[in-house]
Amino acid sequence: MLECKEITKVYGRKAAVDHVSLKLEPGHIYAMLGPNGSGKTTLMKMAVGLVKPNSGGFWYQEAPVGKESRREIAYMSTEPYFYNWMTAGDVGRYYDDFFEDFSMEHYQSLLKRMELTPDMKTKTLSSGMMAKLKIAVTMARKAKVYLLDEPLNGIDLLARDVIVQTVIEQCGSDVVLVISSHLVDELERVVDSAIFMKEGYLALMGDVEELRVQQGKSMVDLYREIYGHGGEEGC
Amino acid sequence: MPEMEYNASIPIYIQVMTSIKRDIVTGKIQPGEKLPSVRDLAIRYSINPNTVSRVYRELELEDVCFTRRGMGTFVTEDAGRVTRMREDMAQELIRDFLAGMRQLGIPDDEIKRLVEEYGKQEGG
Repeated sequence: MLECKEITKVYGRKAAVDHVSLKLEPGHIYAMLGPNGSGKTTLMKMAVGLVKPNSGGFWYQEAPVGKESRREIAYMSTEPYFYNWMTAGDVGRYYDDFFEDFSMEHYQSLLKRMELTPDMKTKTLSSGMMAKLKIAVTMARKAKVYLLDEPLNGIDLLARDVIVQTVIEQCGSDVVLVISSHLVDELERVVDSAIFMKEGYLALMGDVEELRVQQGKSMVDLYREIYGHGGEEGC
Repeated sequence: MPEMEYNASIPIYIQVMTSIKRDIVTGKIQPGEKLPSVRDLAIRYSINPNTVSRVYRELELEDVCFTRRGMGTFVTEDAGRVTRMREDMAQELIRDFLAGMRQLGIPDDEIKRLVEEYGKQEGG
C-alpha cells in the first residue's frame, strides 16, 4: 500500500536515509525504532512528500506520493505546528478546512477523552497536553495511513494509555499505522511489526510476534542486539 | 478485565489465551457466553488486533471457542471441555512446580512430604 524503493536523503555529507526499501501493508501497526539520528523522521517526512529524496522514492497505491496521497496519509510530526493564537477548537477547524476526511465530531470526543477543552489556548498547553492535542487532531481524520512521529514522547503513563487506545481503535484491516519511538517496551503489545533503523539504513524489519514464537525474543531484546544497548527506559 | 502483566519475550497471543482460559475456568466467563469483538478485545487489553485474531483462531482450534458466522465468537457450551481445561492448567502448574523442586535436588517423596506439611500449616 505504501512503499519506498532505494530511497536516499543526504544532508551535507551525511546520508540521513540510506537506500531504504520497505513495504507497508494494510491491517498492520508498525513500530519504527532506532536512536535519535537514525533516519526515522526523515523517512516519515519523505513518505508524505515534505522532504524530497535525493534518489529513490515513495509510492502510495502504486503512485508517487504528493498532493494526492496526502489526502489519505495523516502525518503527525514531533514538533508542534500550530499558531500561537490558536485554541484547541481553532486547531480542529484548521484541520477541517484542510482535510476532507476530518471529523469534527470525532475530534470533539477525542478532546474530551484527552481531558482537553476547545477553549484551551495552544500556547498555554503543557508538553503532555500538546502531545494529546496533536494525537486527537491527527486521529480525528479517517485516513488510510497514519504516520505518528514520537507520539509517546514526554507524556505521563496515563496519557500514554489513552493514546495507545486511540491508536488501536483506529486500526482496521484497510489501515496502515506507523508509530516511531525510542520507548520500545511501550510498543511491545501494540505493534505487530517492527522496523529497525540504524544510521540511516534499514537494519531489520519483521513480525515481532513471530520473532517471539520462533526465537523467544522481545522487541527490546532485538533492540539490544541491533544497537548494543536497550534504548531508553519507559518512564 | 484486565490489567495484565506481560512478559515481552513470550508471545502475547499465548499470554492472552491463558488469561481468557483462566477466566473461563474460574467462571468469570460463562460457557456459551459471547466474547468481545476483535476490536473491543484489542482495546481492552491494549494489544494489536492481529494478535486478538490469532487468540480467537487458536482458541477455536482447541475447541475452547467457536464462531457463529456474522455473530461473533462464543465460549464452548461443553462443560466437559471446561473441566478438561481446568485439569490441563493444573497439570501445567504441577509440572512447573515439580521441575523447580527437582532442580533444587529434592527427591519426590520429600516433595510429597513438604507439600502435605505445607497444606497442614496453611489449613491452620
